[in-house]
Amino acid sequence: MRLYNLSVFQLSELMEKKEISSEELTNAYLERISQVESETKVFVTLSKETALTQARNVDQKRARGEELSPLAGIPMAMDDNICTEGIKTTCASKILYNFIPPYDATVAERLKGAGAILMGKCNIDEFGMGSSTENSAFYPTQNPFDAEAAQGCISGGSAAAVAVGEAAFTLGSDTSGFIRQSAASCGVIGLKPTYGHVSRFGLISTASSLDQIGPITQDMTDLALVLNTICGHDVKDATSASVDVPDFTKSLVNEVKGLRIGLPKEYESGVEPQVAAKLQEAISKLEELGAICEEVAMPHTEYAAPAHYIISSAEASSNLARFDGVRHGLRVEAEDVSSMFKKTRSQGFGAEVKKRIMLGTHVLSTGNYDTYYVKALKVRSLIKQDFDRAFEKFDCLLTPTNPTTAGKTGKNPNDSLAMHLSGVCTLPVNLAGLPALSLPFGMVDGMPVGLQLIARHFEEETLLRVGYTLEQSTNQTRPKPGLFLKYNIHRG
Amino acid sequence: MNRYEAVIGLEVHVELKTDTKLFCGCSTEFGKEPNTQVCPVCLGLPGAVGVLNKKVVELATKAGLALNCAIGTYTWFDRKNYYYPDLPKGFQISQVFRPIAYQGHLDIDVNGATKRVNITRAHIEEDPGKLVHSGGSITTSRYSCVDYNRSGMPLIEIVSEPEMHSGEEAKAYLEKLKAILECIGVSDVKMEQGSLRCDANVSVRPVGTTTLGTKTEIKNMNSFRSVQYAIEYEVERQIDVLEDGGRVIQETRGWDENRGITVSMRNKENPDYRCFIEPELTPIELTEEWIEEVKASIPELPDARRKRLVEEHGLPEYDAGVITSSLALAEFFDATLKEFPDAKSISNWIMGELLRLLNARNMELSEAKITPSSLAALLKLIEKGSISNKMAKEVVEIMFDEGKEPDQIIKEKGMSQISDEGQLAQIIAEVIAKNPKSVADYQAGKKQAIGFLVGQIMKATKGRANPGLVNTMLRDKLAEEA
Repeated sequence: MRLYNLSVFQLSELMEKKEISSEELTNAYLERISQVESETKVFVTLSKETALTQARNVDQKRARGEELSPLAGIPMAMDDNICTEGIKTTCASKILYNFIPPYDATVAERLKGAGAILMGKCNIDEFGMGSSTENSAFYPTQNPFDAEAAQGCISGGSAAAVAVGEAAFTLGSDTSGFIRQSAASCGVIGLKPTYGHVSRFGLISTASSLDQIGPITQDMTDLALVLNTICGHDVKDATSASVDVPDFTKSLVNEVKGLRIGLPKEYESGVEPQVAAKLQEAISKLEELGAICEEVAMPHTEYAAPAHYIISSAEASSNLARFDGVRHGLRVEAEDVSSMFKKTRSQGFGAEVKKRIMLGTHVLSTGNYDTYYVKALKVRSLIKQDFDRAFEKFDCLLTPTNPTTAGKTGKNPNDSLAMHLSGVCTLPVNLAGLPALSLPFGMVDGMPVGLQLIARHFEEETLLRVGYTLEQSTNQTRPKPGLFLKYNIHRG
Repeated sequence: MNRYEAVIGLEVHVELKTDTKLFCGCSTEFGKEPNTQVCPVCLGLPGAVGVLNKKVVELATKAGLALNCAIGTYTWFDRKNYYYPDLPKGFQISQVFRPIAYQGHLDIDVNGATKRVNITRAHIEEDPGKLVHSGGSITTSRYSCVDYNRSGMPLIEIVSEPEMHSGEEAKAYLEKLKAILECIGVSDVKMEQGSLRCDANVSVRPVGTTTLGTKTEIKNMNSFRSVQYAIEYEVERQIDVLEDGGRVIQETRGWDENRGITVSMRNKENPDYRCFIEPELTPIELTEEWIEEVKASIPELPDARRKRLVEEHGLPEYDAGVITSSLALAEFFDATLKEFPDAKSISNWIMGELLRLLNARNMELSEAKITPSSLAALLKLIEKGSISNKMAKEVVEIMFDEGKEPDQIIKEKGMSQISDEGQLAQIIAEVIAKNPKSVADYQAGKKQAIGFLVGQIMKATKGRANPGLVNTMLRDKLAEEA
């Protein structure tokens, strides 16, 4: 039995029945990591020792008969911009190459409390600026579907980790679509929760009003289990919402009859025909199952990407100001303080980050503030209005996650605007703070396709229901193993 | 004739009196070991975000209301971006676009006239950390250390309109501001501990013109008096520059207390702070009802108290002004008045002996051991004639230092006044017998000779004889003998 092919739910049952221990499971994952990590480069940092210690603790608790969370003893990982006490957190940036947080992010604390085992920290784009680790200061992560690296496909570490079995689930962070886009390109499930539903305390901010932590899992049941642990109000985060958290497993309902699903036609422009065909297939299936699918107008969609680019760069230029060499991270010594600031930041940040800092500084400067920043905020309001109107009529919206498959996105790091446009389907969701799910739905040219479902604020339950229904009613949500035999994936 | 008019606006930073900092749970206590009152939030560590301390909103609202400001029911925080080692996040969280309080005023008294100074705004912001220069000052140091204990302390910045015209007015404004903020209990307002800091914007213009001249910003003033002197110096300096045909440069200047001059610190090129709404905090929304509740919690303010002291208790304006300039004095006065109804005599003792002793000992009233009821007891003893005024001054000093009750001190020191007529008559007779020459002089018409005899009686009683009684009895006795 290859343990790394099993879902969180399955592993949890095995441990409950005491067929395996958490220590054994952790060792199995460590072995798996040692097998594939040199090729995948999923991790920035591995935390083998603490993982084993945590696993033994869980086993002891289980032996004592303590009541445990379904996540107890489950090997997992998280993006390297989520702070973990005592474990290096670099944001995939040279400027934080040695930063060891003295505290846990709230999500890390909650997972620790649930007994989940942290295997390590996943590769991201430097400060999350990108959609597939092309901008990591260390190395890109290989997309496990592109077994021979023939297409040069890269992906997010947290999505690749789940796809290739280096972690049973992961937490990613999503500013413009990273969770959803990389989950789609790796054939796994990714969810960006409603802004405020999962605490951002301990997430190293890139664009505070857009960033959100969310889970990446193999199936919908696992997604519900992870959401149950990480959602909920946090007194340490002012933007955290005080809303009741439901038991998300109750939304795993195989039923979409009468559900009204909007199809924003503006999201179809620029979508590859084969991807559009997969979308159409999903629509037909949902209609067959009794859902009502209709086109909906989202007239301001074309302005979302530039507005997002301006707002995210503006916030990032300010959020990243604290990396000045005074207190933590890289310091390049110089003769005086301002030269030290300049040298540290010049050497510590990569090209994309510098570009965004400059852009953000520019749009906030006197004279440009109204022209760019304020205008972008107005566009943001219009985007929100588009969604509000659509949700008057529809329960959720369905779009592709990426306009093309992984092989064709994110391959031109010199053109950051083009890169930004690859998030054209995902980033409007961040502007509006809505929850959105990316669900695998078949393949095109050997690479997985992802569908995006968007719901009203705090209505993740709708997403779970639609996702679960598609998962139960089709064989498309778990891309088949034959195409990546090299990694011995046998799921489904 | 002065051809120039000074135009002065003040920016006052006041540290609010809360137990914890503005966005985290760190203690605000003053004077602790460097970097011991810090956490990920106030150190701006990556990933740490803060949550607004609601007490700060209450105190800021209270201050705004006491300064006659309008209170915004929907305000928010903004970021002011700049780089400095004491600023851990690379931006300061402040209220740039919408201050919590705005359009207020306070009235000051200078040279017997009352003048209204308008307050533009009072907004909440966080304090940066503090640089500690190894060589004493930034220019003479090889390196500097940063103490982040102060980082994230809650401040309100109170900005006046440029409506003051002399150092004296600026000082009066600060004194009034301090008295009000102290009275409502929102701050310790101690300039020496940095809980009140003042920067002055100073410019001059020809009398009769209305356009503002180029201003300089004066910093590093550590007492109200130095604010006054620094402004007076700066006004003179600017006038000299203009008289010499030069022009004033917009810059920041530091007050050098030792040399009594302002010196150029840096040219201010209007830094672009690239302000925008703080995305990690939610707006501050206040209801009218809540604002009314805060308003109702404001105690009698110094101006009202002063009016009451004049109108109800008949104190002279001057006395009332001195007593209400400090909350401690005003409360001491009121408490004494409850037990001894003669307001003027209380005010005489407070303004005379009490203030003299506080100055001499360089103490705060709260540190002195004297209590209002012991002062009232002393005043009663004086009124009854049990002790002379002169002796009471000695007694009050002991009360001040040791906290004993006056009757106990009088007893211990044997200071009680002799008012027993039989006892006095005997002493008077003895003095008359011993000083026939003085008696003869008096009876020959040299009335001032009685002074010598009174002196002899006081000497014989070690000053304890009731002087009024001695005078009457002595005159009667001398008349008898004539």
